[in-house]
Amino acid sequence: MTELPNFQPATPEIFLAAASMVLMMVGVFVKPKQAYRTVNTLAILSLLAAAVLVIMVGGSTEAGPQLAMFDLFIMDDFAVFVKILILIGSVAALIMSQGYVQREGMARFEFPILIVFATLGMLMMASANDLMALYIGVELQSLSLYVVASFQRDSLRSTESGLKYFVLGALSSGLLLYGASLVYGFSGATQFDLIVQSIASSEETPLGLIVGIVFIIAALAFKVSAAPFHMWTPDVYEGAPTPVTAFFSVAPKVAAMALLLRVMLDPFGELIIEWRQVIVLVSILSMLLGAFAAIAQTNIKRLMAYSSIGHIGYALMGLAAGGEIGLKGVLVYLAIYVVMNIGVFACILTMKVQDRMVEGIEDLAGLNSHAPITALVLLVLMFSMAGIPPTIGFFGKYYVFAAALDAELYALAIIGAVTSVVSAFYYLRIIKVMYFDEPKEAFDKRQPAGLRGVMVTSGFLSVALAPFLSVIVTPAGIAAASILAP
Amino acid sequence: MEIGLAHYLTVAAILFTLGLMGIFLNRKNVIVILMSVELMLLAVNINLVSFSTHLGDLTGQIFTMFVLTVAAAEAAIGLAILVVYYRNRASIAVDDINAMKG
Repeated sequence: MTELPNFQPATPEIFLAAASMVLMMVGVFVKPKQAYRTVNTLAILSLLAAAVLVIMVGGSTEAGPQLAMFDLFIMDDFAVFVKILILIGSVAALIMSQGYVQREGMARFEFPILIVFATLGMLMMASANDLMALYIGVELQSLSLYVVASFQRDSLRSTESGLKYFVLGALSSGLLLYGASLVYGFSGATQFDLIVQSIASSEETPLGLIVGIVFIIAALAFKVSAAPFHMWTPDVYEGAPTPVTAFFSVAPKVAAMALLLRVMLDPFGELIIEWRQVIVLVSILSMLLGAFAAIAQTNIKRLMAYSSIGHIGYALMGLAAGGEIGLKGVLVYLAIYVVMNIGVFACILTMKVQDRMVEGIEDLAGLNSHAPITALVLLVLMFSMAGIPPTIGFFGKYYVFAAALDAELYALAIIGAVTSVVSAFYYLRIIKVMYFDEPKEAFDKRQPAGLRGVMVTSGFLSVALAPFLSVIVTPAGIAAASILAP
Repeated sequence: MEIGLAHYLTVAAILFTLGLMGIFLNRKNVIVILMSVELMLLAVNINLVSFSTHLGDLTGQIFTMFVLTVAAAEAAIGLAILVVYYRNRASIAVDDINAMKG
């Protein structure tokens, strides 16, 4: 009889899977009126418990990465760092969604459960050590996300965004699988360390393997919404319910980016010369699109979609640089991106006039005169998004630019600097609208406490974290070292 | 003529391309898009199984099982989203999916 596989490193995932099933039962058996609130609270608590478990399990990774489930699953410092980011994003999204979901008639208990399922998929993505585990993680995440995008089922825009997301997501899964099948065929293995061995032992890389890698890059570029695979992003961001958009812009981005980093640097790390040009091209296109296409936008959610495309471009700059400095830069950038983006979406969720959500940038006019705190928070966050020092956004850009210069990717760094100046235009325009335009109708004063809390915390951290950036940089460095260690 | 790995790969590549073109060129019906997605996934399965036989390694066939299962779940979710969409729009023509520009 064979031994039972080692499950211990996967404790957080197993816990979340069990918790989500318990939550479904709770949702069914609690009184219908209280079902949403109860399940939402319990979902937040389970995600927090999962974060504690991640830290407990991850605390023992000093002896090197821990493998589980016949080596399909890996728990190293990189996975710990990314998982904590993902869980922060999910918890913040659930806290922020409370008021909106109840107002807009989406208060069904399936909502938090679907978010928990998506988070579980993302945790699997962060820990994938095999093409199969990678695929299952991506699909668990995507299938849940398609449903949450169309969760407001009586709204044409929400269902349309779900449909578009589904079609393009399914397409990208197809590309991912085709790439995975080629990699399997030409390297003879699906497990990452076996792929490394196979690449190292063959004298010249088979062409089929390179084609497979390009397919995988294209598919993951879809998931992180990097240009030229971004076409779903603006529509899905605009159409999906705002708390869902907030969730989309944070946790799945981090998870997909983490997957891209792991796949590129772990199994295909030897082939960096082959794939670097692809990543450089994708990064340049994303930065350009993020900077120029956002200028003409009038809807703030659409603007944030283009802004996130641009941010992914900067993060990819670190990946193109490769090596420990590049990887550390990307991780720092992602952590800072999470903090800023949660805050901006919390501000967008307060944009409510007479119980009706508004999304136009001109609706922010004169915000300073009737909601000075929101205006101040949004001001700080916009400075941070634009990467203006003393805010943390500047340091995020600093680390990826330093990595690009270190790898002698001068053209990439110059284009990045130019696009970040261009994108400062539309961030600063929001500030101008808030502070110098004629006031319009005031936003509703009463906001849920959780939403305000998230908003103020994020705005505060965007400035206050700057002198203490080592809280992010040190773990990011350890995480980067763990993935590159042989 | 012996039918070898290259033939299987060619068939799979043709099917995959057909699926891909079905998604991009189709202007009529979203159901056709769902069918094209299935076609792409099945092309991948042919790829995996033929590699698996060629390499004498079972991993590819296990992978195929996973792909089949997930494809079923994906089709179910796709159709469900299509049904809610149809209720709001009363049409599933690809050209009518235009409430948002882009």
